[in-house]
Amino acid sequence: MVSETDVQNAVVELLRKTVVKLPKDVEDTLRKAYASETDEVPKMQLKAIVDNIDMALKGNTPMCQDTGVTIFYATVPKDCKVDVAKGIVEGVRKATKEVPLRPNAVHPITRKNPGDNVGERHPYINWKIGDKDYIEITVMTKGAGSENMSQLAMLTPSQGLNGIKEFVLNSVLRAGSNPCPPTILGVGIGGSSDIAMKLAKEALLRPINERHKDPEIAKLETELLEAINMLGIGPMGLGGKTTCLGINVEYAYCHTASLPVGINVQCWAGRRGTVRIHPDGKVQYPTHER
Amino acid sequence: MPKTIKTPISEEVARSLKLGETIYMDGVVYTGRDEVHIHALEYLEKGKKIPVDFKGSALFHCGPIMKKVNEKWVAVAAGPTTSSRMNSLEPQFIEKFRPGAIIGKGGMSQPTVDAMKKYGCVYLAFTGGAAVLAAKGIESVSGVEWFELGMPEAIWILNAKGFGPLTVAIDAHGNSLFANLSAQIKENEKKARAKLGLKT
Repeated sequence: MVSETDVQNAVVELLRKTVVKLPKDVEDTLRKAYASETDEVPKMQLKAIVDNIDMALKGNTPMCQDTGVTIFYATVPKDCKVDVAKGIVEGVRKATKEVPLRPNAVHPITRKNPGDNVGERHPYINWKIGDKDYIEITVMTKGAGSENMSQLAMLTPSQGLNGIKEFVLNSVLRAGSNPCPPTILGVGIGGSSDIAMKLAKEALLRPINERHKDPEIAKLETELLEAINMLGIGPMGLGGKTTCLGINVEYAYCHTASLPVGINVQCWAGRRGTVRIHPDGKVQYPTHER
Repeated sequence: MPKTIKTPISEEVARSLKLGETIYMDGVVYTGRDEVHIHALEYLEKGKKIPVDFKGSALFHCGPIMKKVNEKWVAVAAGPTTSSRMNSLEPQFIEKFRPGAIIGKGGMSQPTVDAMKKYGCVYLAFTGGAAVLAAKGIESVSGVEWFELGMPEAIWILNAKGFGPLTVAIDAHGNSLFANLSAQIKENEKKARAKLGLKT
């Protein structure tokens, strides 16, 4: 029988792995980008990035000082008797001290920092009931530089697909050098205002080398990526070929009178991690097995 | 061989740095981001003394992860934060406190470029997210001021040794790599729009 402490310990280890090591798809894409840049300035920026990836791993240290806000996605079996929420919250508190994570969570108005990344509705957990017998917890440690560039547009249906493309392109131009490019873009289309934003963030959970199963959406992802990489914003906005590492799009049906589009911007450090806690106590980290 | 500059930075040294040049830094570096800018300017207005002297200093837009090891602070990860958040306060900060260099990422807007030209200050870009590489260039931490603002917002007094690589992205003569690039990006935008089948 899995206990709340098991969940807590699994979350501490999950957070450590997530902030220290990138998922394979992101790391491979960054290394390819480094090899492809020819000009001195972008080459140097990407060299610093890949060197930093190696150094973080070697020292078991967070790759970026902005260990973000911890956004959780928990899928629990329908007969789950463990207080997973408490395990996650206490795991965040413990990880903040032990990994360490930067104490980032503050009161939105007083800006008071409790120092342990725990507060009202923080960490935020998205819940699902699953059909497996294990608890699955995914975390995204989301830095502010990129998150601050997120956008929502309530387009009209007549603006259509071109309106969506226009909005994505303009968002990248507006973000410019700020979100630590090369970025990863999550785009959520449809639903409602909140669902489009939620889908935009969830889109970032998919590996960037996997295209959407719907061929039309997959085509949109590829086309947008090619166009954005023509802009020349480059690594850190200092110019170069690599502005964006990947674009993932997700959609939901929406009202016939609306077309919401959400964009969530992720910096090059696309940190996400998953842990599975099995009923026999076995713990697996599928995103960090290599 | 890229050159190494030492803090405090004189106006003459600041003005000698060339746009696009790669440099490294030795000496004392102060971190300061949103809250340090707000508080320092508030203190000045109230006639209160701030705890450090920023004149000729390197001000680092950074909220590090620090750890106490045997009663001493150690920088675990210390990359730059997004400088544009300080756009509205930086021109005044430069005028009043006269730092010699600002280290950050993403660049700053025209009023800051103008203030840097007027007072002899440069903007040095460090690769965002490369926080372990940055920490490697911090030999020791001599102290912290305004700790009550929270770990990311405090003034950390860092002793840098071979800190970098840093790119001179805004020089002390009114030039900015980011501004230079924006005309090129505007041109490229036309091609990107054509690729997407959008009106150009």
